[in-house]
Formats: sequence, C-alpha cells, structure tokens
Amino acid sequence: MPHYNLRINGLVREVETDADTPLLYVLRDYLELNGPKFGCGLSQCGACMVLIDGEASTSCMRPISSLGDAEIITLEGLRDKNGNLHPVQKAFVQEQAAQCGYCLNGMVMASVSLLNQNPAPNEQEIREGMQLNLCRCSTHSRIIKAIKSAAKTQ
Amino acid sequence: MELPKTTRRKFLRNIGFISVGFPLLSSCFEEQEKAMAKRIDYNGDLPGSMRNASLVNAWLQVLEDGRVLIFSGKVELGQGIRMAICQVAAEELDLDLDQVEVHLAETGVTPDEGYTAGSGSVPNSAMSVRYAAATARKKLLELASSQLNAPIEKLSFSQGNVGYQNQNLNFAEILGGTQIEMEVSKPVPIKDSSSYQYVGKAIHRKDIPKMVIGEEIYVQDLRFPGMVHARVLRPASYQSFLTSIDLDGLSAEVSGVLKTVVKGNFVGVITEREYQAVKAERYLKNHSEWTSETAFPEEENLYNHLKSIAESPETIQDKGDVSKAFAENKTYQAEYTKPYFQHGAIGPACGIAMFDGDILHIWSHSQGIYPMRSAIAAILKMDQSKIHVTGIPGAGCFGHNSADDAAADAAILAIEYPGKHVRVQWSRTDEHTWEPYGTAMIMKMVASMDNQGKITAWKSDVWTDTHSMRPNRDPATLLNTRYLEDPIPLTQRGYLGGGHRNADPYYAFPKMQVNAHFFNGPLRVSSLRSLGSYGNIFAIESFMDELAGKANKNPFEFRIIHLNDERAIAVIQKLQQLCDSAKVNTGEGIGMAFSRYKNNTAYAAVAAHVKVDPAAGMLQLKKLWAVGDVGQIINLDGITNQFEGGMIQAASWTLKEQVNFKGDQITSEDWMSYPIFRFDEIPEVEVVMIDHPELPAEGGGEVSMPPTGAAIANAVYQACGIRVYDLPIRIEKISN
Repeated sequence: MPHYNLRINGLVREVETDADTPLLYVLRDYLELNGPKFGCGLSQCGACMVLIDGEASTSCMRPISSLGDAEIITLEGLRDKNGNLHPVQKAFVQEQAAQCGYCLNGMVMASVSLLNQNPAPNEQEIREGMQLNLCRCSTHSRIIKAIKSAAKTQ
Repeated sequence: MELPKTTRRKFLRNIGFISVGFPLLSSCFEEQEKAMAKRIDYNGDLPGSMRNASLVNAWLQVLEDGRVLIFSGKVELGQGIRMAICQVAAEELDLDLDQVEVHLAETGVTPDEGYTAGSGSVPNSAMSVRYAAATARKKLLELASSQLNAPIEKLSFSQGNVGYQNQNLNFAEILGGTQIEMEVSKPVPIKDSSSYQYVGKAIHRKDIPKMVIGEEIYVQDLRFPGMVHARVLRPASYQSFLTSIDLDGLSAEVSGVLKTVVKGNFVGVITEREYQAVKAERYLKNHSEWTSETAFPEEENLYNHLKSIAESPETIQDKGDVSKAFAENKTYQAEYTKPYFQHGAIGPACGIAMFDGDILHIWSHSQGIYPMRSAIAAILKMDQSKIHVTGIPGAGCFGHNSADDAAADAAILAIEYPGKHVRVQWSRTDEHTWEPYGTAMIMKMVASMDNQGKITAWKSDVWTDTHSMRPNRDPATLLNTRYLEDPIPLTQRGYLGGGHRNADPYYAFPKMQVNAHFFNGPLRVSSLRSLGSYGNIFAIESFMDELAGKANKNPFEFRIIHLNDERAIAVIQKLQQLCDSAKVNTGEGIGMAFSRYKNNTAYAAVAAHVKVDPAAGMLQLKKLWAVGDVGQIINLDGITNQFEGGMIQAASWTLKEQVNFKGDQITSEDWMSYPIFRFDEIPEVEVVMIDHPELPAEGGGEVSMPPTGAAIANAVYQACGIRVYDLPIRIEKISN
C-alpha cells in the first residue's frame, strides 16, 4: 500500500493507505481526529470541511493521492500556540451557535475561510460564503451572528 | 469488560470520578442568605418517570468529593437537556453548576424513561430531578443537623457544604459513604421561583466549548482498541429479495475484508478500515441481484390513493350536532395535503456493538435505549439483561429515524464477529431512502359561521398513517428484522393517536367533530418532530385565516374572539405588537398562526413576512416571529434556540420538502434530490418568550413548528392573494 506524507495542523503525518482513500477517512480513521465529520460523502453538506491551503474544502471526496504537500488545517488546528481559541470558535461559543453541533465543524471552517478572504463580510456575503453548509437543527441565524461578531473581534 | 454494577457504591468507583476534594468554605452571611431561600411545598403530581424510579438515589448520588451526579434516562439530542437538568439540580441543592455532573441514558444505570420525545424531557426528567434533589436537600439538612448538633434553621447550606458556626460538612461527609435511598414523597419542599439563581436564566451549555475544538462528543467519534468497521448492503427496494450474491471476488478487489455476513436478505461486510467497508459495500451492490417489487403508487395520485386505502373513520371527538349547525349556517370547507417529510439528520446513523461472549454492549444515538434494547433482544433471542446499551449523542434526529436500525445492524454483526467493537456507519443514500419518514396526510376542514363572524361548528377529517413505529419489544419495529432469514413482518400500527394530535382546534367552538381515517401507507413512517400537529395546524390555521377573511375580521382579532384562554390570547397579542412595527412593501405580506401544542402544553403564536413575485418566480421568506409560553422557563437561551430552530426547520418543510418516489424506488436519495434550506433562504428570526415561573415547566422542542407552516401560507396569501393548500408551498404553485 502506498505511503503518503501529509501536512496536517503544522505536522507532517505519515499514512499508509489506498490511493483512493478520501481525506476525510484518513483524518478520522487513521489520524483519529474528531473535527471533520461524515455527513454525506457527496460534497453536498459541508460537515467534513477542512482548510486546504487556507480555503475551506470538503474532504469526503478528495483522494489522499491528490493532496501532495498541500497544507491542511482541521478544527483541531485552529487554536493558536498557546491554546487560545480562534475568534470564530470563541464567537460560536458566545452566540451558542449550535444545537446538536454535528455541522459545527463545517460551519466553523467555512467561517474561518470566509473571514480569511473577506475580513468584514456583509450579511449577503456571509450567506453566500456559507451556502454549501447544511444545518438541520436550523441554528443558521445564530451562526450568522457568530460570524459577524468574529469579524469584529479578529 | 464488565457491566457496570448496579450497587451504587461500586458504581461510583467504576465510573472513575477522581476525588479532587472541594475546599471547605466557612459559612458567611451570603451563604446564610442562600440557605434561607424561600421554599414551598409541592403537592402536585409526580412525573410519570418517577413511577419506575421513585427513590432519590435513582436520580441523584453524591460523589466521593461531595459533588453530585445526576442520572437521567433521557438522551441529549442537541436540545440542551443536559444543561437544563444541571440547572434544576444545582438550583435545588444550592450548588455551583460545575458541582453537578449529569449522566444520561445507560441501561442498568439510569432510570428507564422510555423515549426522549414529545417535548417531554423537561416535564418528566428535569422535574423528577427537581423533586429528588429537593428531597435530598431536606435529608442532608436533617442528617447534618444531628451530626453538627444544631437545629436545621441555624445551618448554612451552600456550594455543597452544610455548616454551623465554624464547622462544615460536605455532602459526602454527611452521608459517610451511603446514598439517599428514601422515597420521593409529597409534599416536596422545592425552592420558590423568587429565589432562583439558575432556573429561567440564559445559561450557556457546557458542551459547545467541547464541540468547537473537536472533542469526542458523538457516537461517530468513539474509538476502541481493535475496532473494526462494517457496512450493511440494503436490499434493492423495500420488499425485494436477494437472488444471488458473488462474494468470491471481494477480497481480490477490496483490501482489509475480515468477514461477510449473509443472513437471508441481510448482507453485512466487516473490514479493518472504514473506507474499505465503503468500497466493499459498493462491490457487493454491484455483484448482487435482487427481485424487484410491486411499484409504489403514482406520486401524482398519492392523496387519492391514500384515501382509497384508508379504514373507516374513527370519531375522535364529537361535541354537539355539527350537521345541524352546518345546515343552519353559512358553511365553508377546504382540503389540505402534506407530503412525506424526512428527518434529515446531518450525520447518518451510526451504531457500535461488541459481544464479549456473555454481554452484548451497544453504543447508540437511539432516542430510547431501554425500548431499543428489548427490540434487539427479541431479534437476537437474547435475554435483555445480557445487553448493555449506552446512549451517546448523534446528529440531531427530530424523531425516530434510523439510529436504532444502525445499532441493530451493529448488534447482529457483533454477534457474528465476537470480541471486537464493530462500528456500522450508514451512508447518506441509505439514510435518505430507508429512514422512517413523517407520513403524508390529508386534512379536510368544514366550518360554519354566523352573521357576526363567529364560528358555530367545526369538523376536521384527517387521513393519516401512524406517527410512531418506535422500537419496542416487537422486533419488527427494527428495519433489519424484516430482512433476516425467517423475517418478522411488521403487523402492528404503532401510535396512531399522533395523527390527530391538534386536529381538534383549541378554539371555543360550540360544536366540534374530529374524524381520523387511518391508512397503512406505501412508505416506511414513524415519529417526526410534532407528529400530526404540523399538518393539522397547517390546515386549521390556514382555514381560520380564510374564515377571518370571509368574516372581514383581522386575523389576530378573529382568533382572539374564539379563545377563552388568557395565555393563548397573551401570545397572540404580543405577536401582533411585534408585527406592527414591520414595514410591508408591495408584493409582501404578513401572516400569522397559533397553536397550543397537544392542546394542553405550551403555546406558540408565529408570524411570517414573505415577499412574492410570481412573474420573477421568486418567493422569499424574510422574517419569522414567535411568541412562546412554555410555563416556567428552565433555560431561556435553550428554549429560544429550540423555538428558532423549530421555526426555520418547519419553514424548510413548508417551502421546499417532499419525499419523491417512482417505481419501487425512493428517488429523494441525497441533498440534491431532497433539498432543504440553505443559508440564502434563512429568514431573520425573532423569538419572545413569556415566562410563568409559577406554572409547570413544559418542553418546547416541537412547539414552534406547527404554527409556522400556516403562518407562511397565510403570509403568501396576504402577499399575492393566492392560497396554497398543497404542501410544499413552491413558487410554481403560485405562478401557475
């Protein structure tokens, strides 16, 4: 089985697996990370999002062999060196922007990506930036508030 | 691995709580004040959950460090019940919130509270904890009084310490290694609401900080040493049979295959790694043949079909002679339809099981671990005392979805592959096509009005399938049972009463009749959030709006003149005030609706502001308001979150959702073919809660959903003059 060296959350991690294994399964099953979630495996819901070279991307259909030396950041890698929460993580806690929280990983990663590209998004831009992410508990209005408040503090 | 022992002392050690010891604070004036918080005697009914668990220590135990461990048989579904229970316990025992741990749903450990459903967790579980904690407080004071040799009224009682002068005992020291095994009996001295520190406040949940850093929360996150992965290949359709399967080439094609299990029409595969299981299932799907079954009815003809297969109606309510009133007054009628809806959990079902040769351990996000255990015991023909189920959260389920089926998949495979934790994860397509939906319904309303615009008689006829096929001791309630060798067919009809829930309008009509026409429909169905209430209130409140128009009355006023319940009137009046400030442009409209959930619990009035442009094919939901009254509020932010989420989810049902099927296939198989709200469609939401600390606390998880559908339909009418009777309200139905 082929070996891959992936750059994940600032470390190089070696994984031996089939070339077609999607990144999501590598992160959860081999590297035992909990952040990215399996939601659809079809790139339709956003629960599995990670940052690939700074941009929020679904990981459920992305084969490990396609990643090369891309820099991957998961929910677990958002805190700073001192363990302080990223402003988006803080804002989600502050706004209590969750019910079951299963979609929260994707929501946070998409929000971080959005604010990286546009530090002061308006309401319309927030909605467009979050368009791929589904939440069945329907905490969307709290998530929008959290993104606005994170934009102010970061 | 052993089952947790039921002896309590042993259990406390087994669960591994580390004794950290709390600093013994000397009493001060402030604590004396807390100790003297006013208490009142509760003499009302004890919650149903206490029938099987009447002793204090079934609900509450003191840990070795003096903190308190609460047991609840309910599960956390994202509704925040863990926090609500924590608040109630901390309140009665004058503890800090972090001095209370809450242990949820584990067989042999927590009380059997049936299902976590029906907005019942606060009135049942949280209130049981309240009465147990209040009883414990009384007992702790009595014991401390004798140990400290001081009268009870001179004792301080705060943060887990009971003190007199310069002496202090924590709860564990008072109990000296025992637990409070006394019965909870009335009167229970509960804290008066005027002294509350936590109850009614918007207190942050403890689990969200863990979620944002990716801690282990969900059953999907559990990992055990040597755990293996499995998938179950579902039949080609509901009733198709496996005619052939080629297992030979599997191992050459897919690495890591450990075992395949074929039992009748149940096909499972176990692999070392998770993605190997995904590939193995795909291989098996491509290398198996199944019979095709009789087709579903034509979707275009669904409602006629459902009427044609319905049994003779049952008269649920019959007050006065409605026929006479209809003959004597001007009479109106309308018929409404609601399609099948999906629960649509964002995380497909997952179950883990491990058979150690004696005990079968199961980890599941089921809503009812005890009833599920009895169903799985019946499938496996095992003694249920040999099955140990631990409830672990999954993604929000909104009723009975596939959680139990995944646990049963894992249980069946674990028996075949003993000694290893077997983890079964459902695919998105299986979740969409095999879960038990919320049933399609038809609601026909007839009403007569007098010359003053007062309704004189009302008749509701409801066509509905069952609204609960939850697992119970009948194994056929679990999907797998129907596909094993010697399948057990589903013969029972579950809880039919959910179908006519809220079909009898809450208004004070002099004459009323409700008839339920039950059918056994083509699609698998069970409980979906609010059961029949959503469809029934959609019909009743759409019709009330139409009647208000006929009577030339304001829709708020029209409802108020038919109500004689002040709490109902209060939520409607408050809603009217909120809506008054909204600016309504051309092509826009505001509609409202009201319901009291189950006609005897919490109240919600909801308004919707929509913009409709039929020429441009545009229907936009701009805003939703809700005013709620759930009696005593436990957590203000928790209930607000539930109301907000309920409204947005119901709006998604109302405007978008419908399970499609063709031939023998469910064609709503993913989020493209079964779209739900995305961010560009989310309305602004505003929720106002009216608190009644003097009244019983009702649950609020389902309460805002029923009126939301009708409020949107009524707003669409206000905006463009077109009434849509057939859900979902898609723009095509207005444009044409």
